[in-house]
Amino acid sequence: MPDLHSGGRGFKSRPVHFANWKVEIYSQNNNYSQKNGDVTEVGMTIAEKILTAHSPKQRAVAGEFVEAKVDWAMVHEELGTPNGVAHLFESLGYEKVWNPKRIVALLDHWVPAPSVDAAEIHKTCRQFVKKYGVSNWFDMNAGICHQIMPEQGFVCPGELIVGTDSHTTTYGALGAFSTGVGATDMTVVFATGKLWFKVPETIKYTISGKLPKFISGKDIILRILKEIGTDGAVYKAIEYYGHTVKQLSIDGRMTICNMGVEAGAKAAIVPPDQKTTRYVKARTKRAYKIVKADKDAEYIEKRDLEISNLEPQVAKPPTPANSVPVTEVENTPIDEAFIGSCTGGRLEDLAVAAKLLKGKKTAKNVRFIVIPASYEIFLEAEKKGIIRTILEAGGIIESPTCGPCTGGHLGLLAADETAIATVSRNFVGRMGSPKAKVYLASAATVAASALKGKITNPNTLG
Amino acid sequence: MMRTVIKGKTWKLGDDINTDLILPGPYLTMRDTEQMMQHVLEGAIPRFAEKIRKGEIIVAGKNFGSGSSREIAPLLLKRLGVGAVVAESFARIFFRNAINIGLPVIECKDISEKIKSGDVLEINLETGTIKNVSRKENYAGTRLPKFLLEIIEAGGALKRLRQSAQ
Ligand code: SF4
Repeated sequence: MPDLHSGGRGFKSRPVHFANWKVEIYSQNNNYSQKNGDVTEVGMTIAEKILTAHSPKQRAVAGEFVEAKVDWAMVHEELGTPNGVAHLFESLGYEKVWNPKRIVALLDHWVPAPSVDAAEIHKTCRQFVKKYGVSNWFDMNAGICHQIMPEQGFVCPGELIVGTDSHTTTYGALGAFSTGVGATDMTVVFATGKLWFKVPETIKYTISGKLPKFISGKDIILRILKEIGTDGAVYKAIEYYGHTVKQLSIDGRMTICNMGVEAGAKAAIVPPDQKTTRYVKARTKRAYKIVKADKDAEYIEKRDLEISNLEPQVAKPPTPANSVPVTEVENTPIDEAFIGSCTGGRLEDLAVAAKLLKGKKTAKNVRFIVIPASYEIFLEAEKKGIIRTILEAGGIIESPTCGPCTGGHLGLLAADETAIATVSRNFVGRMGSPKAKVYLASAATVAASALKGKITNPNTLG
Repeated sequence: MMRTVIKGKTWKLGDDINTDLILPGPYLTMRDTEQMMQHVLEGAIPRFAEKIRKGEIIVAGKNFGSGSSREIAPLLLKRLGVGAVVAESFARIFFRNAINIGLPVIECKDISEKIKSGDVLEINLETGTIKNVSRKENYAGTRLPKFLLEIIEAGGALKRLRQSAQ
């Protein structure tokens, strides 16, 4: 039987993990390490600093539990599902939510409603936001939550954000600590504005090398997932560093943070730089504080990745960690090619696809579907001629929604069909029939594959 | 008082049992939970919903419950009568959700190597010990922290919130 009462960092005995939680709860601050008898304070990671700043503690380090005040709570249709947040909150009998201005509610998964059941969910959402005065409400014409949150200025560096969606880790791209929670946790937040967290340990990932042609955030995260596996970061945070990360656009950073959760990460964070502040300042006037890790911060693991020779990556079914260089699966026949979702439907994704598609036609055997992640992206793509290029190439464009990414609508797969898609997951049954196969790839690889009717390396098209 | 001891026959599953396997996305919008329930884990064990009996225990490998934050996943398992889930490790959102809705979850190293599907286990939540009644063996699972046990005991996080508000 392991010793369940060992403390947090700084104690001599190695802490024992339970579901990767240290079991000492509300322990005194174990935030000093002993070196040669002297007590020295150890540096802190971004996750430790943000969680501390939102809690009553002076200093909370990995392994400690804190009750933290959240800055923003994001809910999508999980608000209105039969066992969702609205239902649970009503059952509590509270008259008010903790702060209606700090809740962002929107519809994205099934927009416009493809079924009566979905319409009922939407109706419940609309009624709830009206009743409780939730002012940050986005109905059908906005976009996918993880695009809307940063785009509409709801994410600043240093903030603590929870959302009823596992890919809430996305906002770490702007230096926030953001994580997914279920309906009950969100109900607690709606009621109190607070939630308990275990301060996670952090993996430091340093990515170096100049981005090769057609290599995007998606290729990098698929490669990382292969390295650390689907549980490589469970209950941990990831901090991304290195020349490549600096080089990545905010779009690309969002993708590597978004899919951090595919390794189980609680949060995935890129330390803010000028790109971050430029993006944030264009979207909100809110004051914020940039949080960076201390030089001597303690990491549970340090990993390096060199990407100068990285080939486009494709994750074979049935997990995102199952990635291989595109050349290994080249020529696999496909029935559908899909560009969209919160991890592959951003402007950068549509732009690279249009570049490859310009003046060409997609293969006759392929259903090519494109869904911009938000209206802002949609409009921008329209202005740049990207939408026209996609249409002329034979693509179908739908208005912003998760669509087939979660097996909802707009391009589901029949048994024995194969798709290549920019989505986040290729689990069994994720995009339709449990007998269908989904390959994950970047927008460039998906566009190239749409043109050839089979999985294709974009580099072979120029 | 909380039922601190859970005894039941086991259903063994592999690694990475994700929330799309527990409840596939296409059924997510259904309003009828009874109907949803019929599809639970169908991709892993055909007609699981018909086969599972009240109090039976799911045993799985690593990373149980990975994927989406859908709380309906542990909720449906609980409604189907699953008494507890023992796994080598859990995905964090699933773990929180399970505790929050009052479904006991216990971590136990190498559990899937130690047992066979159908073995009868007796789990003591308070001590974290797992007795394999069929094989007369004992395993050390990890004990739940007290405040999480209290949430399960109260019947979930919201019941606990109501209690503390009184
Ligand atoms: S696009 Fe896909 S991964 Fe993103 S929030 Fe929607 S369903 Fe989830």
